[in-house]
Amino acid sequence: MSSDVTPTSKPVKTTGLHIGEAEPGCRKVDPILIADGVTRTFGGLKAVDVDHVEIPRGAITALIGPNGAGKTTFFNLLTGFDKPDTGKWEFEGRSLAHVPAYRVARMGLIRTFQLTKALGLLSVLDNMKLGAKGQSGENLFRAVFPFIWRKQEEEIEAKAVELLTRFKLDAKQTDYAASLSGGQRKLLEMARALMSDPTLVMLDEPMAGVNPALTQSLLDHILDLKSQGMTVLFVEHDMHMVRHIADWVVVMAEGRIVAEGDPHTVMENPAVIDAYLGAHHDTDLGATETENVEAIKELIDDEQ
Amino acid sequence: MIDWIQIFSNAAQELISPTTAAYALAALGLAIHFGYTGLLNFGQAGFMALGAYGYAISVLSFNLPVWAAVLVGIGASVVFALILGIPTLRLRADYLAIVTIAAAEILRLVFTTNTFEAITGSAQGLNGYKGSFAALNPIPKGTYGFGPFQYNEYDWWLRIVGWTVVVLLALLTWLIMRSPWGRVIKGIREDEDAVRALGKNVYSYKMQSLILGGVYGTLAGMIFILPRAVVPANYQTSLTFFVYAILLLGGAATILGPIIGSMIFWVLLSFFSGFISRAVEAGWLPFMTQVQAGQLRFILVGIAIMLIVIFRPQGIFGNKKELAFVK
Amino acid sequence: MKPTRTLAHRSPGRWLVLLGILVSALTLSGIAASPAMAEDGSTAQASEEFEYFFTGNVQFDREPLEGVKISVEGGGFEADAETDVDGKWRIGVPEKGEYKVSLDEDTLPKGVVVAKGDATVTAEFGLTKLKAVNFFLGEGERTTTNFGAQLLERVINGLNFGLLLALAAIGLSLIFGTTGLSNFAHAEMVTFGALMVLSFGVDLAWPIWLAIAIAIVLSAALGWTLDAVIWKPLRKRGVGLIPLMIVSIGLSLAIRYTYQFFYGGATRQLPGATAPKELSFGGVQLSWIDVGSMIVSVVVLLAVAYFLVKTRIGKATRAVADNASLASASGIDVDRVIRIVWVLGAALAGLSGILWAYFRPGVSWDMGFQILLLIFAAVTLGGLGTAFGALVGSLIVGLFIEISTLWLPSDLKYVGALVVLILVLLFRPQGILGRRERIG
Repeated sequence: MSSDVTPTSKPVKTTGLHIGEAEPGCRKVDPILIADGVTRTFGGLKAVDVDHVEIPRGAITALIGPNGAGKTTFFNLLTGFDKPDTGKWEFEGRSLAHVPAYRVARMGLIRTFQLTKALGLLSVLDNMKLGAKGQSGENLFRAVFPFIWRKQEEEIEAKAVELLTRFKLDAKQTDYAASLSGGQRKLLEMARALMSDPTLVMLDEPMAGVNPALTQSLLDHILDLKSQGMTVLFVEHDMHMVRHIADWVVVMAEGRIVAEGDPHTVMENPAVIDAYLGAHHDTDLGATETENVEAIKELIDDEQ
Repeated sequence: MIDWIQIFSNAAQELISPTTAAYALAALGLAIHFGYTGLLNFGQAGFMALGAYGYAISVLSFNLPVWAAVLVGIGASVVFALILGIPTLRLRADYLAIVTIAAAEILRLVFTTNTFEAITGSAQGLNGYKGSFAALNPIPKGTYGFGPFQYNEYDWWLRIVGWTVVVLLALLTWLIMRSPWGRVIKGIREDEDAVRALGKNVYSYKMQSLILGGVYGTLAGMIFILPRAVVPANYQTSLTFFVYAILLLGGAATILGPIIGSMIFWVLLSFFSGFISRAVEAGWLPFMTQVQAGQLRFILVGIAIMLIVIFRPQGIFGNKKELAFVK
Repeated sequence: MKPTRTLAHRSPGRWLVLLGILVSALTLSGIAASPAMAEDGSTAQASEEFEYFFTGNVQFDREPLEGVKISVEGGGFEADAETDVDGKWRIGVPEKGEYKVSLDEDTLPKGVVVAKGDATVTAEFGLTKLKAVNFFLGEGERTTTNFGAQLLERVINGLNFGLLLALAAIGLSLIFGTTGLSNFAHAEMVTFGALMVLSFGVDLAWPIWLAIAIAIVLSAALGWTLDAVIWKPLRKRGVGLIPLMIVSIGLSLAIRYTYQFFYGGATRQLPGATAPKELSFGGVQLSWIDVGSMIVSVVVLLAVAYFLVKTRIGKATRAVADNASLASASGIDVDRVIRIVWVLGAALAGLSGILWAYFRPGVSWDMGFQILLLIFAAVTLGGLGTAFGALVGSLIVGLFIEISTLWLPSDLKYVGALVVLILVLLFRPQGILGRRERIG
C-alpha cells in the first residue's frame, strides 16, 4: 500500500465541501458529523458554546484556535468522554447524545489523545490487537476456550503486523509500549486507531511533542487516511501543518466557532486574527502569550 | 535448647496447609483486581467473610448440601461485588478503595452484632458445619503421610480439595489472562480512557473483574473455615492487608506469584515465630516476652510490605523488564 | 442451669481491630505454639474466653427476672448480656480493672425500678477472677429521660466526637491535598499523641498540661521525621500514588504493632479521664473534660482556619493543594510547604488522639486505627482534599454516629455512618463540598 510513499510536498486538496458562504456553521455537501447547540460550562465558565457545525466527509478538517478555546473539550463532548449541558449531535445520521464513549468508538468514530495514551506495560503488538473490533475472545466465557477465538486472533495479528510495518514500528512489536519515544507513541496510537477500520478519525494534537524527524512521516500517515477514504478531524497548533494538509479549517475561540473556510481564506478572516489577538490581550499567562503570538506570526508568514 | 527439627517441621507443614491455600486463592483474586485490572479492592476480607458465612449459614440454618452452600456463598459475593461496583467503578480508583474497605467493615459489624445472633452467632461465630463436607471424604479413616506431613483423613481431604481448587483457578486465570479478555483487562490497568476510546465497555470489564476476583476470595473464605470455626474477628481490614502483602511478595500481575507468595509468607512466618518464641523460651532474648515475640511478626510484615513496594515492586515473579517502566 | 450468653463487643474500642491481642491469635500466632493451633486452636481463643467475670442475680420479690439487660463498660471495652430464666447473668471482661456495670431499667417489668443506689455501679475485681454485682430492686415509677433530652445529649456527644475527628481529618486532608497520598498511617499519628501523654503524664507522673504540651511537640516532630525519612525520598524517586498508599499501609502495621510491643495490649487511663459528669446543661450531664475538649477543638480549628486563610504559608499550602506545579512555577517552595503540612497534620492528629483518649475513655495501642475509617469517611464525605470539607464531614460523621444510637443497637452505630458514606459517594461522588473536577 502506502508504506513506500515518498513525502508528499503538495497534497491534493479536496475542495467544494460547503454550500453557500464559508461562514461559521455553514452547511456541507456531505457532512459526516453535525453538532447543534452544544454547550458545556465549568464552574460558570462556558468552555464550549457551539451553535452549529458540520464536518465534511472524506476530507481533512483542522480545528484550530488559541489556548483555552475549548477545542479539546469539544473533542471530549463529541466522543462521549464528557457530557454537554445542552445540545444534540449526530454521526452519520445517528444521534450521539447520551451515547457512552465506547459505543461512539464502535460506531466508527475513533479518537486519539493530546497526551498519548500508549498502554505502557502492554507490548506494542498487544496495543495494536486491542484496537480490533468485535473480538469474540473478549467475552469472559469464550476467553476460556482458545479454540473459539484463535483463528480471529491470527487474522488480527496479521493485520496488526501489516499496520506496524506501514508505521515502521514492526521491529518494536514485542517491546513494551512504554519503551517507545514520544513520536513513536503517537504513531502507535494512530496505528492502533486504524485497527478498527474507523470512518472518522479524530486526532488531538497529533504533532505535539513529536521529534521533527518524525513529523513528515506523521503528516503522510494522516494524508494516507484520507486517501483510504477516511475522514479526519484534528486539533493542531502548528499552522504550517494546518495549511499543508487541511482541506477545511474550523476556528474556535472562547468556546464558539468564529470562522470556517479553506485554509487559505480562513487565515485572512479578520475574526480569526481577532480571536488570536483577542485571546492575546485577555490572557495573562506568559506561556500562552508567546504561543499565540507565535501562531499569529505563522499565520502572517504563511500568507506572504 | 532450641528444637530446630520442630521449628523446621512446623514451617514445612505450612507449605501445604489449607490456610496457605486459602490465602493463595484470596491473593489470586486480588491479582485479578489489582495486578491485572488496577482495581484497588481493599475489601477482600469482606468477600472471604461472605464465603465463610454464606457456606456456614447455608449448612447450619438451611441444611443445604455442600454444592448448594458453595453456590449461596458465590451468589452472595456476586451481589456484593455489584453493590460495590455500581457506584464506584465509574469514579477515580481511590473511591473504590474507600468503599470496599467500608463495605467489608459493614459486613463484619453486621456479622458481629448481637441483633442477628440467632443466625450469625454474633461475636462467637459459628461452628459445626463441617459434617457434610467430611461425609464426602473418600479417604478411609486413619493417619497417613511422611516426614512432617502426618495427617488424618479429614485433614488430607481438606488439603486435597483446597489445593485442587487453587490449581484449577490458577489455570483458569492463566487461560483468561492470555486471551483477548485479559488483554482488555490489562489495557484498562494502563489507561482506561484509551481502552474506552477503542470501543471497549470498560465499566463492564471492571465489573467482571471485580466479580471474578471476589468469587475467588469467597472460595478462599470457604477453604479458610474448613479447618477452623467461623469467627467474625478474623475478617478485619488486617486480613486484606496480609493478602496484599502476599500478592506484592509474589508479584501483583502474575499467576504463580500469589501461590508461591502465600507459601513463602506462611513458611517464613512460621519459621520466624517458632524461632523467636523458642529463643525467648531459651532465654536468648531476655528483653522480650513471649507475647512481644508474637507482635514482632506483625512489625516485620509491615516493614516487608514497605520494602517490597519500594525496592521490588514487581515482586518475586514479576517481569524484571517491567520495573524500568513502573511508576 | 442454662448459662447466660455473654456477647462481648468493643465499642468504640473494637472499631477496626477487635480484641487487640486476639488478632494475632486468630490470624497468625496459632502456628507459633504448635501447628495444630493454626488449624483448630483459634476457635477457642476467638470466642468469649476471658479470664475475668462479673456475675449477678436479678430478682424482684424473690422471683427471678428474665431478659433484663446488663451491660459492662470500661477501658474502651463494652459488653452486655441478658439474664436467664433464673435471673442470672455473667459477663467476661478482658482485663482486671474498674468497670461500670449498668442495669437497663427499660428492660425491667413495669413498676419495678432500681430502689437503692444507682442503675449504674462501679465495680472492681478483688483477689478473685469473679466479681458479683447485684442491684436492689423495688417498686416505683422510673423517671424516664424524655426524647428531647436524650437527643440533646447525643448531639453534644456527637459534636464532641466530630470535633476531635475533624482535628485528625484536616491533617489527613491537607496531606492528601498537597501530596496525593492517602495516608493509612495517620491512625498511628493519632495514637502517638495519646501514648506520649501516657508516658509523660502517667509513667513519669509529670503535670498533665506539660505532658500534653510535650506530646503535641513530639507529634509534630514525628510528622517532620516521617516526611524527611520516608515520604520526601519516595516523592523524589517518583513513586506512584498507589504504591505510596501501600507503603503507608505497611508503615501503619509496623508502627501499630511497635506500639503494642512496647505498651502492651491493655487499655490505660489518662489522669482525669474518668472524671464525674458534674456539669449540667439542659438535663445533659457533662464533665469538665468534655467541655474542655470541645473548647480546645474549636479554638484549634479556628486557628487552623486562620492559618490557611490569612497567613502566607497557609495560602501557599492551599495553592499547592490546588495545583502543585503551578504553585512551584510561581516561586512557592513546594517541599517546604509539604513539610509544614506534615508537621501541622501530625500535631493535629496527636491532639486528636489525646482528646480521643479522653472521649473513649482510655489509651490503647490501636485506638487510632479504630477511628481511621471514620476519619477517611469524614474526609471523603466533605470532599477529598478540602480542609473545610473535612471539618464538615467530621461533624456529620460524629453527629450521625451518636444520634443513630437512639435507634440502632450501639454495636451497629458505625454501620450507619459507613452506609451513609457509600450513599453519598453514589449520589455526590465529589463529596458535600468538593468540586466536581476533582473526581477525575
